[in-house]
Amino acid sequence: MGIGLAFIIVLGLILFAYIGTELLGLKSLFAVVFPYAALIVFLIGFIRRMVKWGKSPVPFRIPTTAGQQFSLPWIKYSKIDNPATGWGAALRMFFEIAFFRSLFRNTKAEIMNGKLYVGSNKWLWIGALAFHYSFLIILVRHLRFFMAQTPWCISVVDSVDSFWQIGLPMVYMTDIIIGAALLYLLGRRIFNPQVKYISLPSDYFPLFLIIGIIATGVMMRYFARVDITAIKELTLGLAYLKPSVPEGIGSLFYIHLFLVSVLFAYFPFSKLMHMGGVFLSPTRNLANNNRMERHVNPWDYPVKHRHYEEYEDEFREKMKKAGIPVEKE
Amino acid sequence: MGLPRPEELISNVNLKKMPSKWWMDTLPVEFKPGFYCYGAKGKNLEYVNFPNARDFHVTDEDWKLPEDWKKIVIEGIKQRLERFRTFHVFMDICVRCGACADKCHFFIGTGDPKNMPVLRAELLRSVYRKYFTSGGKLFGRNGGARDLDIDVLKELWYYFYQCTECRRCSLFCPYGIDTAEITIIARELLNLLGLNTDWISGPVANCYRTGNHLGIEPHTMKSTLEFMCNDIEEITGIKIEPPINKKGAEILFITPSGDLFADPGIYNAMGYMMLFHELGLDYTWSTFASEGGNFGFFTSMEMAKRLHSKIYEEAKRLKVKWILGGECGHMWRVWHQYHNTWYGPVDFLEEPVSPITGTKFENAKSNKIVHISEFTADLIKHGVLKFDKSRNDNLIVTFHDSCNPSRGMGIFEEPRYIIKNVCNHFYEMPDETIREQTFCCGGGSGLNAGEIMELRMRGGFPRANAVRYVHEKFGVNMLANICAIDRATLPPLMDYWVPGVRVSGVTELVANAMIMKGEKERTMNLRMEPLPGKEEE
Repeated sequence: MGIGLAFIIVLGLILFAYIGTELLGLKSLFAVVFPYAALIVFLIGFIRRMVKWGKSPVPFRIPTTAGQQFSLPWIKYSKIDNPATGWGAALRMFFEIAFFRSLFRNTKAEIMNGKLYVGSNKWLWIGALAFHYSFLIILVRHLRFFMAQTPWCISVVDSVDSFWQIGLPMVYMTDIIIGAALLYLLGRRIFNPQVKYISLPSDYFPLFLIIGIIATGVMMRYFARVDITAIKELTLGLAYLKPSVPEGIGSLFYIHLFLVSVLFAYFPFSKLMHMGGVFLSPTRNLANNNRMERHVNPWDYPVKHRHYEEYEDEFREKMKKAGIPVEKE
Repeated sequence: MGLPRPEELISNVNLKKMPSKWWMDTLPVEFKPGFYCYGAKGKNLEYVNFPNARDFHVTDEDWKLPEDWKKIVIEGIKQRLERFRTFHVFMDICVRCGACADKCHFFIGTGDPKNMPVLRAELLRSVYRKYFTSGGKLFGRNGGARDLDIDVLKELWYYFYQCTECRRCSLFCPYGIDTAEITIIARELLNLLGLNTDWISGPVANCYRTGNHLGIEPHTMKSTLEFMCNDIEEITGIKIEPPINKKGAEILFITPSGDLFADPGIYNAMGYMMLFHELGLDYTWSTFASEGGNFGFFTSMEMAKRLHSKIYEEAKRLKVKWILGGECGHMWRVWHQYHNTWYGPVDFLEEPVSPITGTKFENAKSNKIVHISEFTADLIKHGVLKFDKSRNDNLIVTFHDSCNPSRGMGIFEEPRYIIKNVCNHFYEMPDETIREQTFCCGGGSGLNAGEIMELRMRGGFPRANAVRYVHEKFGVNMLANICAIDRATLPPLMDYWVPGVRVSGVTELVANAMIMKGEKERTMNLRMEPLPGKEEE
């Protein structure tokens, strides 16, 4: 549900940016006000959300144990999937965040002729990894627009990314990979009946938004001619808090920038916050040392429970008759 | 049991076909017989001071809720958001990637999309969004939010009592979202309105009064154990007198009361007593702490704490050094992940050391509670016990990893090591269905009621399907496990899907093979069936 709605909203955003800059000429609004506002909303929203989550305590130690526990010395235990130490848990989180380890485990279940078949299914893992890493690299590449001197590390990323040189300008691998990954993720939502059924507008919206961002970016780089010097003047101005809006930047760029601004502003209010939340997931970030070390619940309170005396009072005669020792004769 | 034949049961389940109506539009939920448990009885709720105690019938239009029920639930959600980071984070960060969808045994067995873990959670998330997020308040349905009305409440009830809290979905979730945690909290919310099931609230009230779910009173427990000991004497020629409520014993032994009552759990209980007798262990049973399992865990954290507190209290009274726990699923989940937090520091007990081998159980040094599989594996490793494995030669064994000890503890090698040392024929089920990826028996978390047999057979289908595979391939005829709920729910599951496969605890297999000092030549196993090679006699 909601794919049409999400698509129309993104289309509307594009149109809004086009009308705003091309027809109404509100370039400062789109070049300066919106990006700054979006960044502020993003930063404050992100931090607020993290603090809010962080304020909820973790009363119990409940890691999902995905491997052999630490027990007898001669039994090899699973240090990463079932860590017994904080370091192990940190390593588990690292693999989770850097390589999507839980998703790597993904399987697919099918029922055929009354039998269940469960098999490995790594497509979502590949798609997700491809998308996230490409996005990260593209983000890093963009830093050269915000610095007067491009640092060497960013140049390295840049040249590795454009390793396959196909014509001029150089084609970035990540541009191709992220496009394919986004189409796969969108395709899954449309063609996988289970995923389609659970999807909300808020699942399609960021996909279309990012597709819009990538599409406009790719168009600017490879197809439409944009004044890269003017753009860098603008972005540097933004970065050094001395914003100026040079002439000669086409609407395509403003659309791109506006969609990015929307993405930033939307981020803290959406499921995209999984980026921050994944670090806080108690089933993954805790060590499984529950019986080894005491964990304290900050809101623990005494409860009324039945004491032995009450129990014996009720059953004393029966216990005595059966020869079971009692406290009071 | 009034069910279609097995080959028909899931013939119409199609995991790829979704209903034409969107999930928010399929209310009111249809209460299908065989898919929901009977409602709680007022007297049981009242006994443990649960709110809104009254007799409750699921199919009645009127659930006799308090007037301000909506407010109670919303306040309840608010309080839990402030108390549980899990709940708060899990309400917010799901991206609906669908990785969990086909991991749930109830979805696989029913094809009902609301049994996809993500959608089960969305039922509650939609309410959360409506009352706690700006997106939900602003965009309503388009923001994935919906009002909490009576139909939504009934839907929550229906589906959160179709989850066994097995955590299989959590394993595959890229953010570790644990539907069990969401189910636990959803059930807490429902309990604020007195909306429990009879199968859960009955055992809870029993456990509070008598110390165990089955309502076994102290004298009955004693005679039950003695009855078992008579059987042991007949089988082995050895007379055992089980210590009960013995002050100053070194070890307090706790197991679920299911092991004291029904076949095949009782064979495991006989096994415990034979093992401890052979070791000359200074231990005691307790009639007050005569239950390790904790149905309170299926109602609320608070009730779970109230029920489990008796165990440490009893350990203190009897002045034991440490506690040994039998084979049980959620008892161990609670002991391992919750109880130290509720009850600790447990400074009146000593760090557990095996009196037989001298092994220190490092992993239990704060909790002072050792799992029987850890204890037995250590004994076997040290060569303390002598076995005649051939006594189990008629058994072709596979091992079912019980969900709670697997995904809430990580106890995988110990039971396997034990089985391999006492049985000659052991075969694993396929990798995707064992260890941390194990499939649920379909009856955990208080869902082992008779009235939901269809749901159980459907939910247990993935487990049964894997057993059927090794049954056909290797002739497996015994499904071993370390959980009392398994021993209660798997036998009907096997009878339905894989006739010819029986169910046992691990300690039963140990006791069968164990050569005891002074025993007569055994001709029968613990089930009083002839041992292999002794059939003629």
